[in-house]
Amino acid sequence: MDLRRIDQIIDNHQAEASSLIQILLDIQSEAHWLPKHALERVSERLDVPKTRIQHIATFYKAFSLVPKGKHEIHICLGTACHVRGAKQVLDTVQQVTGIRPGETDLELKFSLETVNCLGCCALGPVMEIDGKTHGKMTPSQTAAVLKQYD
Amino acid sequence: MSRIHSPAELENIRKRIQSERDPRKTCITLCSGSACHASGSREVARLLIEEVERQGLSQTVDIRRTGCHGFCERGPIVVIHPDEICYFHVQPEDVSEIIQKTILGKEVIDRLVYSDPQTREKIIRESEIPFYKYQVRTVFGSNGSIDPKNIDDYLAIGGYAALAKTLFTMSPEQVIEEVKKANLRGRGGGGFPAGSKWEGSRKAPDPIKYVIVNADEGDPGAYMDRSLLEGNPHAVLEGLIIGAYAVGAHEGYIYVRQEYPLAVENVNQAIRQAEEYGFLGKDILGSGFDFVVKVHRGAGAFVCGESTALMTALEGRVGEPRPKYIRSNIKGLWGRPSVLNNVETWANVPLILNHGADWFIQFGTEGSKGTKIFSLVGKIVNTGLVEVPMGMSLRDIIFNIGGGIPNGKRFKAVQTGGPSGGCLPEFHLDLPVGFDELTQAGSMMGSGGMIVMDEDTCMVDVARYFIEFLTDESCGKCVPCREGLRQMLKILTRITQGKGREGDIELLEELSETAIEASLCALGKSAPNPFLSTLKYFRDEYEAHIREKRCPALYCKELIAYYIDPEKCQACMICGRKCPARAISGAKGKIHVIDQNLCTKCGTCFEVCPARFGAVRKLSGVPIPDPIPEEHRTIIRKRSEQ
Repeated sequence: MDLRRIDQIIDNHQAEASSLIQILLDIQSEAHWLPKHALERVSERLDVPKTRIQHIATFYKAFSLVPKGKHEIHICLGTACHVRGAKQVLDTVQQVTGIRPGETDLELKFSLETVNCLGCCALGPVMEIDGKTHGKMTPSQTAAVLKQYD
Repeated sequence: MSRIHSPAELENIRKRIQSERDPRKTCITLCSGSACHASGSREVARLLIEEVERQGLSQTVDIRRTGCHGFCERGPIVVIHPDEICYFHVQPEDVSEIIQKTILGKEVIDRLVYSDPQTREKIIRESEIPFYKYQVRTVFGSNGSIDPKNIDDYLAIGGYAALAKTLFTMSPEQVIEEVKKANLRGRGGGGFPAGSKWEGSRKAPDPIKYVIVNADEGDPGAYMDRSLLEGNPHAVLEGLIIGAYAVGAHEGYIYVRQEYPLAVENVNQAIRQAEEYGFLGKDILGSGFDFVVKVHRGAGAFVCGESTALMTALEGRVGEPRPKYIRSNIKGLWGRPSVLNNVETWANVPLILNHGADWFIQFGTEGSKGTKIFSLVGKIVNTGLVEVPMGMSLRDIIFNIGGGIPNGKRFKAVQTGGPSGGCLPEFHLDLPVGFDELTQAGSMMGSGGMIVMDEDTCMVDVARYFIEFLTDESCGKCVPCREGLRQMLKILTRITQGKGREGDIELLEELSETAIEASLCALGKSAPNPFLSTLKYFRDEYEAHIREKRCPALYCKELIAYYIDPEKCQACMICGRKCPARAISGAKGKIHVIDQNLCTKCGTCFEVCPARFGAVRKLSGVPIPDPIPEEHRTIIRKRSEQ
C-alpha cells in the first residue's frame, strides 16, 4: 500500500483524530493488515501518538499487525454453532492446516481466525473462507472443503 | 428528488407513490438478508431478473429484494404477491421453473412450498405457516415487503408519518410523555425505560446533546438488530430522529459492527436518501429542526456494546468502559448528555408515536410492554428470528413457533440473554418471557438471543464456553473481571478435562461473588451468570464431571471414548476410510476396531456410521470394552433365502 493511497484514506476522513478507528479499518480492509509505514503515516497526519495507535490496533479484533494468508478462514464459534459442534470443525481445520487461530502458515496460504457469531445460525456450524459461507459443516466435510483451496 | 418542505408535501408524495403501485400486480420478493446471502440468494436474484427479462415479463412482474423474513432455516425465501405463494430453499436451478409454472402457468410448485414436518400437510401462504402464524410482527413485519435500498418502499407503507406528526403536532415533552406512557424498555439488554433516559438528557443543562444507535450487536447467536438495520433501516432512522427531537439533539451516531457489511451499506444508503428527501439535515420537513447522523463502524470488541465503552470508541479511542457515577444521558459522548438506545428500541419509537402508547401497551405483560424479537437458534427445528408479544411462554416460542427439537432429541435447556445470561431448564418452560420474569429465574432478557440446547449439550461446557468468550472479550481495565474470569475459565476447563477437584465448585462460587461485586461494568458484573445458572439447575452434571470423571451429555472430549459395538458393526468400511487419524482397523467383512491410542476423538466415525447400523457409540465414565479377538472379527452374513 503506497503513501498516496494512505493519504487518500486519511483525507476521506478529513484527517480527524476522532476518525482514527475508521481510517485504520479502511486500511485494514484494503491491505488486509496494518503495515508499519501506514501506521506511522496515520500517526503523523492525525497527530496521534504511535502508542495510542498501537493500543487500538491490538485492542480491536478487526486489526492485524502481520500480513494475512491468501485465504482467510473464519470459524464461527457463536453459541448456536458451538452447540452444533463448531469445536470439532475448528479442530479439523487446525489439523489440516497446521495453524492455530490468529496464525498464518509459512507459505502464506491460510490464515485462521475464530469469530463470535456471523449471524448465520441456521447454517451452523459455519466456516467462512474468503467471505464465502460454508454451512452445516461436519469434520469430514471441513477437510473436503479445505482441499478445494490452494 | 428534491427536499420535502412540509407534512402536506410528504403526504402528496406518499399518495403518488402508492397510486403508482398496483397491489394486484405480480411481485416476486426475495429475501436478501445476510443469512439468505450465505445460502445463495444473490445467485437466485440474478437469475430471477434474467429469466423475467427473457420471458418479456419486465412490465408485468416486479422483483423486489427485501430484508430478512426471519425464517432463516428455510432460506432463500421467495414470496410471490399478491397470492402470497411462499417458496423455501429456492436454489438457482428452481428459478426458470418458478417463472414458467407459477408466474406464467399460475401453478404452485409442490416441492418448494412449506410442508409440515409432522403432518406432511402443505401450506402455501406465508401467513398460515405455524412459524409465522403465532408471531406478532409489529416491528419486524415490514422487513419482508420492502426493499431496504429504496426509501419509496418505506414511504409507501406509511414511513416518516410519525416523524411529521411529532415535529408538527407534539412538543418534545409530549413525545417523552408518550414514550414513558408506553413504558418502552431498552431492547438491548438493560431493559431501562427509554422515556426516563430521554427525559434525563432533555433536562440536562448542556445545550449540546447526542443520540446514538447501539448496533454493536455482539451476543453470539443474536442477529435481530442486524436484520432490522439491513432490512428496514429507515424505521431505525425515523425513531432516532424523533428521539433527537424529543431530547434536543442535533447530532446522532449509529455505531454498527464492521462484521455486518450489508447493514453498514444499507444504513449508509438510507441516510443518503433521507438527506435527499429532507428527513435529515437542516430544517427537517420545514419544521426548523436540524439533525445529522453519522455511521461509525465498530472494529470488533464485544465490550463496545456497553454504553460507556461504545461512547469512548466513538471518540476514536480504545473502547473501555468507565464507572457510571454520572449516567451517560447526563455526561456521555465528549462529556455531553447522550441518549443511547439499541436498534430495536429505536425501531419501536415510530410505531408508538403513530399508533399511540395505548396501542403499544395492549401487547405484553405488566412490566414489559410491546413485542420483542428473539433469535431462536441452536438445537431447534425452525431456526430464525421471531417477534412475539412479551409474556408469551418459552414453551410456545420453542415448540409452537420453533417447531421443537430436531432429530427426536429431548429438550434440555434454553440459554437467554447472551453470554451474560443464563440457562433455564425444562421446568421453566412455562415461564412468560419478560424482563423481570427472566431475571427472577436467574437469566435475563439481554438482546433476545435464545439458544436451545438438547440432551447432547454439556452444561459445564456451555458455562466454560461463555466464560471463555467473556475472558477473551474482557477489556482488561479492572482486576475482578480480567483476573477473576481467567481463573474461572482455568477451573472450568480443568473440570471439563476430567481434572476437576473437590472444592472447585465452591471456589468458582467465590470468584463469581467477587466479580459480581467489584467489576467496573456490566460485562464483569454479569459474567458469572452462565456458571451460576447452570450450577443452580444442573449441579449434578458438575458433580459427575468432578467426582466420576464422566460427562453425562457425552460431549467433553477428554471424558469420552468412541467405541464400535461389534454386535452392530456391519464392516462397511465407511468409518475406516473417513477416519482422519487412521485409527480404525478392519476390512470388508471384518468388524472394525478403534485403536484408542491413535483416536483423536474428532467424531467423524460417529457422524458417518449409517444410522441404520448405529454401531459407533460414545462412552463416558465406564471402561472401554477390550477389542474382540482377531479371530472373531470376521462377519458371517446369513444369505437371504429366496
